[in-house]
Amino acid sequence: MTSPQTETLTGAQLVVRLLERQGVRTLAGIPGGAILPIYDALSQSSLIHHVLARHEQGAGFMAQGMARATGQPAVCLASSGPGATNLLTAIADAKLDSIPLVAITGQVPKSMIGTDAFQEVDTYGLTIPITKHNFLVGSAEELLEVIPRAFRLAVSGRPGPVLVDIPKDVQNQRVEIREWPAPGVADVVPAPAADLLARAAAMINEATHPMLYLGGGVVHSGASALAVEFAEKSSLPTVMTLMALGAMPVDHSLSLGMLGMHGARYTNFLLDECDLLIAVGARFDDRATGKVAAFCPQAKIIHIDIDPSELDKIKTAHVGIQGDVQAVLEQLVPQVRANLRQNWLSRVAELKAAHPLRMPGIDDPRTPYGLIRAVADCLDDEATITTDVGQHQMWAAQAYPLRRPRQWLTSGGLGTMGFGLPAAIGAALAEPERTVVCFSGDGSILMNVQEFASAAEEGVNVKVVLMNNATLGLVFQQQTMFYGERTFSSKFKGMPDFIKVAEGFGWQTLELDQADDPQAALGKALSARGPVLIHARIDLNEQVLPMVAPGAANKDMIGG
Amino acid sequence: MNSITKSEQHALARTVLELDVNNHAGVMSHVVGMFSRRAYNVEGILCMPVGRGDTSRIWLMVNEDARLEQMVKQIEKLEDVLAVRRHGAEHEVFERLEEFFR
Repeated sequence: MTSPQTETLTGAQLVVRLLERQGVRTLAGIPGGAILPIYDALSQSSLIHHVLARHEQGAGFMAQGMARATGQPAVCLASSGPGATNLLTAIADAKLDSIPLVAITGQVPKSMIGTDAFQEVDTYGLTIPITKHNFLVGSAEELLEVIPRAFRLAVSGRPGPVLVDIPKDVQNQRVEIREWPAPGVADVVPAPAADLLARAAAMINEATHPMLYLGGGVVHSGASALAVEFAEKSSLPTVMTLMALGAMPVDHSLSLGMLGMHGARYTNFLLDECDLLIAVGARFDDRATGKVAAFCPQAKIIHIDIDPSELDKIKTAHVGIQGDVQAVLEQLVPQVRANLRQNWLSRVAELKAAHPLRMPGIDDPRTPYGLIRAVADCLDDEATITTDVGQHQMWAAQAYPLRRPRQWLTSGGLGTMGFGLPAAIGAALAEPERTVVCFSGDGSILMNVQEFASAAEEGVNVKVVLMNNATLGLVFQQQTMFYGERTFSSKFKGMPDFIKVAEGFGWQTLELDQADDPQAALGKALSARGPVLIHARIDLNEQVLPMVAPGAANKDMIGG
Repeated sequence: MNSITKSEQHALARTVLELDVNNHAGVMSHVVGMFSRRAYNVEGILCMPVGRGDTSRIWLMVNEDARLEQMVKQIEKLEDVLAVRRHGAEHEVFERLEEFFR
């Protein structure tokens, strides 16, 4: 006898209800044998829209696109075995860039685990090092605790991916529900230590050549506006990591753009001169620091991060403050004196004038920089920009006028080619009112080209700008610079007709090389509704400059 | 992977770590994975359930290393690790076991 307040559901129905209660309205995935009960339950949901990817990695990156665009945790689904292994790259990518992701995978029935059953793989074991936490669910009842907890873990503290592996028999197991658990939400982060804040404020007030170094944590924390206020109050020249671009508008007078391997010369030179580095939500990644011993050699360091294991990991901080970036800045900014720092800012202006970021061809849409600028000229700050990985990514990081946090979605830590298209689809699904532009290359686009089909099916407002040099451009560039011009395996001999490929998937297309007025053609293509491929050839000898050789000091830049 | 010789290993200072963890399948993998991914050898491991068996205690003997500080922070972040305590090499937990390894 069940009382009127209880209901009996299968594990699969339970998962769907818990996702609904969690506020999930769109998710991406691919069904398969071991997750069919969940798909059957999902078919009965009137709240959740399931987006059918064409490869599980595509589903993982669509979920990432949703999470990166909104800051809310997003969900991807896959079956056991190859479904789960195909998700791994997207999960690892989310781990390195601290993206809240809940991946749900089907598993063979419990009685068959460990028997090398069809499509059985140790998903739990495979995902230990690439998740914040993972679960192998033992009973339907456990789902009531595990699903909300997975969401809580994904968004608490430093965000990240959580995997829930659910055996098929657990999905089919019936369980009586008496009470629904509360949805999982972020844990409260302990307040930062007051004495450390006071010491940090004193160091900032005493410094004569301070620099502010913003990382992706500023975006995750929603602290971009406060970071800009902080910089303005104390006149702090500000550098951003690849992950932080958009936190401070790139044309703000205090912005020095991106630091590191492909930062402007004046940016890296100024870091060499600073006497105080204030790192906020940044993790001293090697692409940002170059040779660590030579990074900001004269500077004391204040490091603010929500993750205590980041403090003193690469550089020992003089003051390390654990806390949510927004909460720390709220308390720190009032303790910092307004300061004009005229001497320091005039030194900044001097070096900027002497060693600016050079973007040759910026006014010509038929060059890499010019194409990126021409695209930007057709759009406003409401547009979202995703990239794949390679030269186009770095050119876009240097040249696109990013002015809004969460405007820029790029694979930073893992550097995954194939990220851009599915992430753009996810961003467009999450925020359908925006135009989402994916800058890609001919190498990257082929790594998840199958998602052209899901984009067409969903009619998402995604524009792919494909910069085609028939080369793995950044590999070609490094071989040219560092491997005696032995450009082995980086030039493609066979090249698909990308216009035909896109048309075959049902996309609108623009062959920019054949446009008489490329700016006008771009404007028309970018304002068309639905998915559009914009194809442009670029010269394979175009390089991303300046460049710091891997392992070299940032002051030793090549070119630019 | 590990170029130090046996005799050099004996010369290295040791540390004993005591971890309180949730007791379920997979927790040991999470803990030792932190070491193996850094090619950081674990010299000794002991694990037994505590009390009613909801939690376990893991004892690890590891070499002192510049990375140890970071290792402890990473272990503390694991969801199933409830507490981490550091002891000197003189801690008796492994010494008492030595007779089983003669």
